[in-house]
Parts: sequence; C-alpha cells; structure tokens
Amino acid sequence: MSENLPGVPEEPVVRKGMFGAADSGDTSGYGGLVVRRAPQISSPRPYGGYFDDVTDRLELVLGTDLADAIERVVVDRGELTLHIRRERLPDVMSHLRDDPGLRFELSLGVSGVHYPHEAGAELRAVYHLCSITHNRRLRVEVSCPDADPHIPSTVSVYPTHDWHERETYDFFGIVFDGHPALTRIEMPDDWDGHPQRKDYPLGGIPVEYRGAEIPAPDQRRSYA
Amino acid sequence: MSTSYEEATEGRVYTVTGQDWDELVSEVKGNEDEHLVINMGPQHPSTHGVLRIVLTLNGETVTEARSVIGYLHTGIEKNMEYRTWTQGTTFVTRMDYLAPIFNETAYCMAVEKLLGITDRVPERAQAIRVMLMELNRISSHLVAIGTFGMELGATTPFLFGLREREMVLDLFEYITGLRMNMAYVRPGGVSVDLPAGAVDKVGEFLKIMPTRLKEMRKLLDENPAYTRRTKDVAYLDLTGCMALGVTGPVLRAAGLPWDLRKSQPYCGYETYDFGVPVERTCDVYGRYLVRVAEMEESLKIISQALDRLAGAELKGKPVMIEDKKIGWPAQLALGPDGLGNSPDHIAHIMGSSMEALIHHFKLVTEGFRVPAGQAYASVESPRGELGAHVVSDGGTRPFRVHFRDPSFTNLQAVPATCEGGMVADVISAIASLDPVMGGVDR
Repeated sequence: MSENLPGVPEEPVVRKGMFGAADSGDTSGYGGLVVRRAPQISSPRPYGGYFDDVTDRLELVLGTDLADAIERVVVDRGELTLHIRRERLPDVMSHLRDDPGLRFELSLGVSGVHYPHEAGAELRAVYHLCSITHNRRLRVEVSCPDADPHIPSTVSVYPTHDWHERETYDFFGIVFDGHPALTRIEMPDDWDGHPQRKDYPLGGIPVEYRGAEIPAPDQRRSYA
Repeated sequence: MSTSYEEATEGRVYTVTGQDWDELVSEVKGNEDEHLVINMGPQHPSTHGVLRIVLTLNGETVTEARSVIGYLHTGIEKNMEYRTWTQGTTFVTRMDYLAPIFNETAYCMAVEKLLGITDRVPERAQAIRVMLMELNRISSHLVAIGTFGMELGATTPFLFGLREREMVLDLFEYITGLRMNMAYVRPGGVSVDLPAGAVDKVGEFLKIMPTRLKEMRKLLDENPAYTRRTKDVAYLDLTGCMALGVTGPVLRAAGLPWDLRKSQPYCGYETYDFGVPVERTCDVYGRYLVRVAEMEESLKIISQALDRLAGAELKGKPVMIEDKKIGWPAQLALGPDGLGNSPDHIAHIMGSSMEALIHHFKLVTEGFRVPAGQAYASVESPRGELGAHVVSDGGTRPFRVHFRDPSFTNLQAVPATCEGGMVADVISAIASLDPVMGGVDR
C-alpha cells in the first residue's frame, strides 16, 4: 500500500501554516500546511544545446582536474550554471576566457547571494560570463562558508571585477583574496556590518497613517 | 584673498572657492615638481550627479584619476527583498532614472524567466515594451548629448536636447500616467493598455523628431569648437572595453557591433528592421555619433512598433498575461487624474462576487509565488548591458535581486580614459561614458 505513495521529500521545512504570523491567530484556515525548501538540483547529462559543448571543452582543457574543480552542474530555465570549488576559481576562469573553444571574453560582474540555511556554503559569489565569439552565456557560482568567507580574486583574469568584488565584499563580507584594493565601495568606510546579508535588518521606522501605525517594512506580516 | 592654504600631513592643502584660479597658480608657482591633488565633486555640475573624482595633476596633465562612488546608495536591492514581486518594479524604475523602462523590462524579464512564462507574455505587451524602450532610449541619449554640450560650455545643445526630451516625457505621461519612474512594465505584461489617442500622439512625434535630430546634427557634427574638444579624446579601444566590461555606445564606438537587441534578441526585437551603428574612432566624438545614429534607428523601430499596435492583428488584444494567478484581474484604464482605474472591476468585486474580492485581495496584498531558482535577464539599455540577476526561494518576495548596471561598470573606465590627458578633457571623458549615478549606486 505505502509503496504506491510518493516519497516524503527530505528537504528542511521552511515554514508551517499559510502566513508567517506566529503571534496573532492565523485566520486563513491553512495552519497545517508544511512548506519545504526547494531541493538542490544537479542536472544529468546531456544538458542540451551548447551547454554540452562548453562542458566537453572544459573537460578537455582541465583533464582529470574536472571533477576536482566542478562541484556540480545545473541546467535550469535555459541557463547553465557551473558550481566551481573556490580554490580552482582563477584557474577555471582563465581557461574560460582564453581557450578558443570557450572564449568567454566579457564578464558581467559579480553578484553575491546569502543563503543562511545552507550550512558550509552560506555565501555565494555568482559570475555571469558572456562569449561574444560564440554568442553564449554561462553562470559560474562559487560558495564559501560564513566562518571562512574567502574566495580568490579574479581581477587578474577579468579586470572589470575590480569594483564588482568590492561591492560584493561591501554588501556580503566575502573577502576576495588577491584583490588589489579591497575596500568598501557603496557604504562609508567606517560602516559596521554588511547590509545585504540576511541577518542584517532592513531598518526603518513605524509611520502613522490616518491614525493607524504602519510598522517598518521588515516588521510587517510576512506572506513568504 | 580667497585662496588659503595650510600645512597638513599630506603637504600643503589649498582651499579654492572659485574665481581665484590665478591666485592659486601664483601660489603654487614655486613648486613645479609637486603634484596637485584636486577633488572634483561630489557636488559638481559636470559630474552627472554625485560622482566624486580625485585627480592628481602634474601641471594640466592628469596623472591619476580615481572615482569615488556611493553617495547615492539607497539600498534598492535590499528593499526589494521586503516587497512583493510586483512591487519590485516600483523600486527598480528608480535606479537608472534616465532609463526607467529598461530597468523595469530587465527585471520583469528575469521574473518571467523564473516563472517560465516568457513565451506567454502577450504580443501586444511586447510591442508596447519595445516602443517605450526605444522612446526611452531617445530621451536618455538626448540628455547625454545635451548635458555634454553644456559641460563643454555650449548651452544650445542642452536646450535643444531637453526640449526634444520633453516631447518624449509628454508621451510617457500620456501613456503611463507618469513622466519618470512609471512602474509601467509588470511581470507578465504592462500595467495598462495604450490610452485612446496615444497612437496619433506617437505618430506626431515621429513626424517632428527626424528634423529635430537633423538640427542637432547640424549644430554639432561639423562644429569645430565641438570636434576639437571631442576628437581623439578619451581613447578606449576594444581590448580596453572587453577587459573593463564596458558595453553600449562606448563599445560600439570602438568598432564592435555588439548589441543585445541583435545578438540575443528579446521582446521580439528579431522581428524589427533596424541597424546597429558602429564607429571605429574609439573617442568621444565616435560615441556621440553612435548615440545620434542610434536615435535615428530607434525612430525606425518605434514606427514599426506603432504600425503593429495600430494594426488589426494586435488591436484590442490583452496587454497582461492571461493567467489569473499572475496578472492582476482588473483591466485598468488611465483616467484624467493620471491613475489607472476600473469601475467595472470594482463593481464586480464589491457588489457581486465575494470570491473575486478574495482573489483580488490575495493577489494584490500577498502577491504571487515564484518557483525557487535563479535567472539572469539582460537588455540593451542606452548605456550598455543592463542585467538583472534574480533569485527566488519560492516565496512571494524576491530572495535576492542584483542589477548589473552598465553605468557602474563603465565608470571603471575613468582612469583608462582620463590619465595622461588634459584636466579639461576629464569632463568630456566622463560625459562620454554617460554615467547615471542612480544606476551606479542603486
């Protein structure tokens, strides 16, 4: 009987009930809902389109180092993401830029993401690369734990990463080792904390509107 | 004397208050081997907002130029994590304030990619997006060229540029209700359909604009005072552009016809007939020529989009995705007060259907959920590739939104274009990069 039922997903529970409100009564009638976190995906081959060409070529260039350099490959919504081990990042990036079969000449910068729930890989640096020669796009993702927020700098490969890495450092506290001058760029030099991290509050003050007090945006009832 | 100086640890510090350049020159005359560090901005009329440049001068030659940014950082990306996906458009539109439609479209395209509805966005909405983006490109380039003229000391290009831009802003006001920051493009389509008479008004604009662009060309193209300040100034070749990630007119003035509208088309750009202007001079003048030629190409695209919108095939078609879980239920129409409204819909939800009211309430207050994952969508903004990296955790609010703003990246080219040149050319070098600080600092 039970083998006919779909398996219960193992992913951790994000929330229970329909609304995030814990203090006041949940009037939605959906208090028993359980929402689990989306599973971490890893795509199998073939990836389709030019994605196979890119990974094949990278395999050829890196040789046996490939499994050591690439943690997993994700193909999602028509985009290819390579998760690279941080020690190998500058090496892989220079191959991506220089190899005639890859030629990702243009980097569109670094974007940080903070996943506080992913133990050991809380901080991510996401690089979007573009090949003008082959008209292709590629996303490279590197993770580092919160306890050791270091990622090698790629300014020597893509000089445009200079400001982008400073921005990611400023907002997330990821230290890019080897950056020529890793200082804050948007926030004042003496600012405390890294504002885009999830543990950094948005701030704001309650506002009175027509007699009612509207709480600050991060204090309002959450539907997420 | 207004020029005063004091001995500080860095050396002698002079305070200049304006109209006292001669005094300063006589003061520093004795120290010819000393470098002069000049702080330009952040409150300076020629720095396009609150950009600060620290210049090290040897005589009138710039030996070092360092830009300092962050004066207009407003935490837009952080704020968006606390609003619904739809509310996000109200924030992104305020980033690059000269190109609001591009910000909205890039963001909405990324959200649509995450939702997997890119192919289901109605064709009419895509044509409206294209038309407004090209109108916006014209208004943005007009500001770039106009303010550039003024910064070089000529007020006529500025007056011409802003007069023409006003016509575009009037069209925006008529179509969206607002001149700037309109939050018009929404995930799934656009917020309201074109009001009655919009097609005629855009048609009138298309009749006037070519002669106005010719006037601009007559004023500047062969003007010796202009060409001497722009030709062979702020040289940045293709290698430099690639290394620094510079895109847009600066890249196309270095000889590479790289335009996302052609190379990686979106919103149906592959169905429009237009050219990609290219110059090979790598200088300020080439960037100017590219911008003017782009405006002429934009006019072609607008007229094609207008034909489609007025044609029988797209007339009266929906402008928002026909998915009741994403598109807001009301078919809004723009009223004389500049606000969208729908009396029929209000009568329906308030008078006859409780379920419709609940649905409306849930969709507007709570918003829709977006499946977990990440997406990157990019458009060719007037300044280069504008990319939106959007991450969802499956909730009703973005988990993370990052904008790759072309102004931010292009500003990194300031040392490469200014160092070794004259201090007077710093102004034209920065203006030719066309940075908008709202987009740089976000």
